[in-house]
Amino acid sequence: MLTPSQTVGPFFHIALARVGDGQNVMARPETAGTRVRIEGYVYDGEGAPVTDALIELWQANSYGRYRHPLDQRELPLDPSFTGFGRCATDEAGMFWFETIKPGPVPFDERRLQAPHISVTVFARGLLNHLVTRLYFEDEPANAADPILQLVPEARRRTLIARRVMGASHLTYRFDIRLQGTDETVFFNV
Amino acid sequence: METTIGAIVRGDREVFPPYLYSAYRATVARSPGQPLLDVPLTLTELTGPGPAVSEAMELAEIDADLTRNAATGGEALGQRIIVTGRVLDERGEPVPGTLVEIWQTNAAGRYLHRNDQWPAPLDPNFLGMGRCLTDAQGTYRFLTIRPGAYPWRNHPNAWRPSHIHFSLFGPATVSRLVTQMYFPGDPLLSLDPIAQAVPEGARHRLVAVYAHDITEPEWALGYRWDIVLRGAEATPFEV
Repeated sequence: MLTPSQTVGPFFHIALARVGDGQNVMARPETAGTRVRIEGYVYDGEGAPVTDALIELWQANSYGRYRHPLDQRELPLDPSFTGFGRCATDEAGMFWFETIKPGPVPFDERRLQAPHISVTVFARGLLNHLVTRLYFEDEPANAADPILQLVPEARRRTLIARRVMGASHLTYRFDIRLQGTDETVFFNV
Repeated sequence: METTIGAIVRGDREVFPPYLYSAYRATVARSPGQPLLDVPLTLTELTGPGPAVSEAMELAEIDADLTRNAATGGEALGQRIIVTGRVLDERGEPVPGTLVEIWQTNAAGRYLHRNDQWPAPLDPNFLGMGRCLTDAQGTYRFLTIRPGAYPWRNHPNAWRPSHIHFSLFGPATVSRLVTQMYFPGDPLLSLDPIAQAVPEGARHRLVAVYAHDITEPEWALGYRWDIVLRGAEATPFEV
């Protein structure tokens, strides 16, 4: 029998996300790929910001290789990149990451997935975490992504990060709505 | 008070709590209203940060000793306990080399966190956080003090039972687990909506067992608590 989950609670910062620990800066200057900033807000069902959430990202490197024993494909590992990031939301409910745009990874022998980042959400009030994905707005491969195609069309936009125009660096905005209007699609995985 | 128990559950309905459990008030506005979308597991879900995080982690023995890792030279107050067990997957195989992170209150029931301001004393020799990697047998081990119960505002006279928060990665994204370990015989357990949200048949999985064989004479009491994670359930295709 699996061990059941419980909420992360409001005091996780002391162990998981100490102030200034830099876990949300996933790319170093020497990391290969297109550097992107991802920022967003977490909202609850009343539209209030969730100021005590924990967001985790997991992604492939710019070549589309995961740093993991199950991924032994003939693509380079980037020694300066693990693919994992963590960020606690601040008092405005905001999180941010600096990373590189992931390369596409396969879905099966025939098809590729569009570039995406796996996103996990923990918070007080969540008895189990939530899993979703972030896709990039200006990515043509989204149209053929096998997972996105499973999402009801009206809700697909909740998984697409929007390009922020006028920012000094390439920036995407990705909000997470736990409940209610424009609720983010969460996966049963 | 009538409890609304929601139908949306991630994974195994017999074991995992629902997202909506109205007796735990914060779930009312934070639980998803839409059912989770079933999707096939791809390389993204079958891989996960666990191995890379473990590889990059440089840990010392003191990281797993919460009685001393505040590095003040002093020792934390409270009942010294050893908490140990094995991390296994659902086939019963050990999960070696995976990161286990814990956090907890001090003996008086106070977190060293700016948002915990209830009038219980702080312990200058206690941070309340620790971490270790499981060994080749999947065993983790912490030396800590027994955490105190603390009040929260969920309902009148609400107290969380004594508990230790655990966070584990495991091998895959789908292995990821954040949970809480409780202590046997705690009268607050049956009054706690967070623990009670777990289906009755699975609730015992969250309670450690007093283990006299782990207890060290003139030193510390021992508790054993095994943790079972989802493993990689399928091999991705060979490319």
